[in-house]
Amino acid sequence: MGILEVSNVNKRFGGLQALGNVNLDVAKGTVHAIIGPNGAGKSTLLNVLVGKLVPDTGTVLFNGTSVLGLKPFEINQLGISRVFQTPEIFSDLSVFENMLIPCFAKRDGSFRMHALESIASEKDIIEKAEHMLAEVNMADKRHMTASSLSRGDKRRLEMAMCLVQEPKLLLLDEPTAGMARADTNNTIDLLNQIHDSREITMVIIEHDMHVVFSLAKRITVLAQGTPLVEDTPDNIKGHPKVKEAYLGEAAA
Amino acid sequence: MLGLSKKDTTFLLVVIFLTLATPILLQPFPENSALAQFNAGYPDLMQRFAIFGIFAIGFNILFGLTGYLSFGHAAFLGVGSYSVVWMYKLLNYNVLPGLVLAIVMSGLFALFIGYISLRRSGIYFSILTLAFAQMSFNLAYSVLTPLTNGETGLQVYNNDPQVLMSEGSPTSPHFFGIVMNEATKVDVGGWQFTFSNGYYFCAIIAIIVFYLSLRIFRSPFGIMLRAIKTNQTRMNYTGLNPRPYTLAAFVISGMYAGLAGGLLAAMDPLAGAERMQWTASGEVVLMTILGGAGTLMGPVLGAGFIKYFENIFSKINDSILHSWFSALPDGLEDFVVFVFHPFIGKGWHLTLGLLFMLVVIFLPGGLIEGGNRIWNVISGKNRKKKRDEAAHHPKPTSHVN
Ligand SMILES: Nc1ncnc2c1ncn2[C@@H]1O[C@H](COP(=O)(O)OP(=O)(O)O)[C@@H](O)[C@H]1O
Ligand SMILES: [Mg+2]
Repeated sequence: MGILEVSNVNKRFGGLQALGNVNLDVAKGTVHAIIGPNGAGKSTLLNVLVGKLVPDTGTVLFNGTSVLGLKPFEINQLGISRVFQTPEIFSDLSVFENMLIPCFAKRDGSFRMHALESIASEKDIIEKAEHMLAEVNMADKRHMTASSLSRGDKRRLEMAMCLVQEPKLLLLDEPTAGMARADTNNTIDLLNQIHDSREITMVIIEHDMHVVFSLAKRITVLAQGTPLVEDTPDNIKGHPKVKEAYLGEAAA
Repeated sequence: MLGLSKKDTTFLLVVIFLTLATPILLQPFPENSALAQFNAGYPDLMQRFAIFGIFAIGFNILFGLTGYLSFGHAAFLGVGSYSVVWMYKLLNYNVLPGLVLAIVMSGLFALFIGYISLRRSGIYFSILTLAFAQMSFNLAYSVLTPLTNGETGLQVYNNDPQVLMSEGSPTSPHFFGIVMNEATKVDVGGWQFTFSNGYYFCAIIAIIVFYLSLRIFRSPFGIMLRAIKTNQTRMNYTGLNPRPYTLAAFVISGMYAGLAGGLLAAMDPLAGAERMQWTASGEVVLMTILGGAGTLMGPVLGAGFIKYFENIFSKINDSILHSWFSALPDGLEDFVVFVFHPFIGKGWHLTLGLLFMLVVIFLPGGLIEGGNRIWNVISGKNRKKKRDEAAHHPKPTSHVN
C-alpha cells in the first residue's frame, strides 16, 4: 500500500486522450520520478492529483482516502504540496511574507479571521519561516520583493514555501527547468538533503536525466498519456525501449 | 503600545494630532485676507473630510488589499444614512442607536451582496456590485418608498413616534446631549477657528476606525488579503480558501461605508436615495486611487483632496478671478479669466479630472507616492538608496505609510 495510489485514471481534452489508463503506486518515503516527452501528460497527471482537474474515470487515493472532488486547498490541507512548472509565488509580497503565509495556513487551516492579531507577536511562525529561509540560503533576501528575485531564487522560494508546510507528499513539476547547471546542482543537493532529513515522499517530473538519476529511487515512463514502464533508475537506464524512445543521448 | 510597533505608534500619534488640530491647520489664512476663501477649517467641510476619510479607509481594505474593485459601495452609505434617520424617527435624536444599526445593517447587506458578487472576480465582480447598488438606488427611489420616503428623502416629521424623546432633549442630532451642530468660535488675531462638536465626534470615530485598519493591515489576515491580490493560485495550493477572506474584507469595508453613511445623517438628519447612486460609488474609487490604493493614509488624503476641490474650487467664480487678476491690463485680464473659467465654479470636475489623470499617469502610487518622492529628495535618501540598489539590487517592499 503506497501513500499515493492512482488507478485507471483517464482524462480526455476533446479528442485528445491526455491520460489513458494511468496506474501509479508511490511508496511512502520514496522519490518517484515521472519522465516522458513533452505533451506526454505529466502535468495533467499532477493537475489531477492536486484537484485542479477531475479525471473522467479512475480513482486517486492518498493515504487510503479518495481526493477526487476535493478542492485544491482541501487537498493541500491533507498534506500534498505542489511546486509548479513556472513558479507560483506571491510576487508583490516580500520574500519573508511569502514564507509566512504557508506557515499560517499550516497552523490555522484554510480560513481564520485573525484580523486584530499582530504578525510581530507570532514568534513561532516567524522563527519557522526564518529557519526555512536559512535552510534554502535565502535569509539575506528576506526583505526583497519576490518579483525581483532571479528565476532560480523564485523556484527556491516556492520550494521553501511548500516544504515549510511539512507536506507528506511533495509534487515537483520540472523543478530545474530553465536553471543554469550550477543552480540545478544546488537544487539537487537541496532536494536530497530535504528528503534525507524529513523523509518526505516526492513525486518529481523532470526532463533533465541528470536530475532524475541523481534523485529518483523509482521511475515511471509516461508516453502519450500511458505508463510505458516502471522500474528502478538502473533498470530504466538499460531498458532498450526507453533508451530508444525517450532517453536518447542523455542516458548514454 | 496598543498592539502596534514603535513606528506604527508614532505614526498613529501623528495622525491623531493632525486630526485633532485640523480646525487650526486648515485655517492658515487670516479671516479678511484675499486667500481666506481657500481656508477649509469650517465644520461642514471638515466633517466631510472625516466622514469620507472613513468611507475611503474602509474601501481601501477591500480594494487596496485584495484588489477587488467594488463599484457599489455607495449602497452601504445609503443603508447607513437610512438606518440613522429611522432611529431618529422611532427613538430620539441620539445618534448612537442609529450608528450601531447602520453598522449592523450595512454589514448584513454587504454579506448578501458580497456572497453573490464574489463568485466572480475582475470586471465581472465590479459589474455585479454596480448592478446591486443601482438596484438598491432604484428600489429606494420607488418600490421601497415606505422605508425611504422616495424622492423626497427620509426625514423626521412632527408626528413621528420618537418614543424616547422627552421635554428637554435636543431637537437635532446629538450624542448624549452633545449637540452636533453646536460649535465654539475662537478669534486669535485676524484668524477665526471653529471647534465644532460634530467635527470632533466624526474625528474621534475616524481615529478609532483608522487604528482598526492599521491593525488589520499588520495582521495575518491583512497579509492573506494582500496574498489574494497577487496570486490566488498559490493561495489555493497553500491550503487557503480565498473566498471567506474576500467576503470578510467585503463585509468589513461595507460596515465602514455604513458607518460613514450613518455619520452623514448624524451631521444632517436627512437621507436621500441619491446617496446610493453610482457616482457616489465612483467617487470613493477615485479617492482611493488618487491618494494611493493599498497605503494606509492615501485614501484619507484622496478623500480630503476631492472634498476640498468640490467645496473650494466650485465656489470660485468669474468676479473672484477678475479681482485676482485686476492688476493686469484689461484685455489680458479678460483673456486670463477666459482661460481659467472652465476650470472653476461648476467646472471644478474638469480640474479634478485633469489632476486625477496627471496623478494616475505620473504617480501610479497616488499622492502618497508623490509625498514619498518629495520626502526622499529633501532627505537625500534617494541617492543613498540608489547606490544600495546598484550594489545588490534589493527592492524593498513599501506598503507602510
Ligand atoms: N487544459 C487543457 N485543455 C486542453 N488540452 C490540454 C490541457 N492541458 C493539457 N492539454 C494537452 O494534454 C497533453 C498533455 O499535456 P501536459 O500534461 O501538459 O504534458 P507534459 O506536462 O507531459 O508536457 C498535451 O497535448 C496538451 O496540449
Ligand atoms: Mg508539463
